Amino acid sequence: MSSSKLAIENREDMLQIEGPHHGGSYSGRHFKTYFLILLVVIFSPLGNVLLGAGMKEVGPMTFHTVSEFLDVFPRVFTSGAIWLGIASLFAHFISYMLVLSWADFSYAQPPTAMGIVIVTLLGHFVLHETVTPLRWIGVFLIFLGVFVVGHTPPRTTEHH
Amino acid sequence: MLKELVLLFLIVFAGTGGELCVTRAMKQIGEVKDFRPVALVRTIIRVLGVGWMWLGVALMAVAFFSLLGMLSLENVSFVVPVAALNYVAGALGGKFFLGERVTGQRWAGVFLICIGVTCVFFSRR
Repeated sequence: MSSSKLAIENREDMLQIEGPHHGGSYSGRHFKTYFLILLVVIFSPLGNVLLGAGMKEVGPMTFHTVSEFLDVFPRVFTSGAIWLGIASLFAHFISYMLVLSWADFSYAQPPTAMGIVIVTLLGHFVLHETVTPLRWIGVFLIFLGVFVVGHTPPRTTEHH
Repeated sequence: MLKELVLLFLIVFAGTGGELCVTRAMKQIGEVKDFRPVALVRTIIRVLGVGWMWLGVALMAVAFFSLLGMLSLENVSFVVPVAALNYVAGALGGKFFLGERVTGQRWAGVFLICIGVTCVFFSRR
């Protein structure tokens, strides 16, 4: 089957999806997708920044011996920031899992890169990390890449 | 530096591998349409019966502890952007593991992400 024919069939598949008895319209599915991706985008950077703050308190992990490596874990799991970070990442994971039940992985994953911009901003303004101009350029390019990928249809494969 | 590269490799490949396995498991149980808490718990229980989910969670746990290790060594504003390499791994995995059709536009976006990650990587010192 040619790729253009496949594209048309997939488009028809999307337009026909689910009337009222099957969970909403085409725009309803888009709303649901965007809302869950928004939750993914909020909880992921929040979790990462909390983990970053927690690990700064804990100190550097060492990997020279097994006992040295294991010694750090009691400190890791008694840090409030790390538990809050884990809770945020868990909320991120649940939202992400739900959106992946219908949207393509290669569609749902890239928008989460917006979290990278938020992480960089929080790292700079909350954790007082130095962010060089080159790093900002890199983050901007990643953000741009996200938008390029984001304007593609949510699903390209057949329903199972 | 070798330690950081190994940790980055684990974050990217175990993380993306985990996400791909979780995606496969979620596609297997079908689209989630009921968002009431009881129904969500029922969905989670159902998905725990899928082997791909367990493999996915195990790989994600490896990625999580590697992330903790990396965050203990480097700033979060360096670690998270560099870990965006998982978008490249994700596009490749979506194409070859899940059979998704990755369009030219998606590849262009992934390419921009790659250049961005390279800039962030060289901003380290």
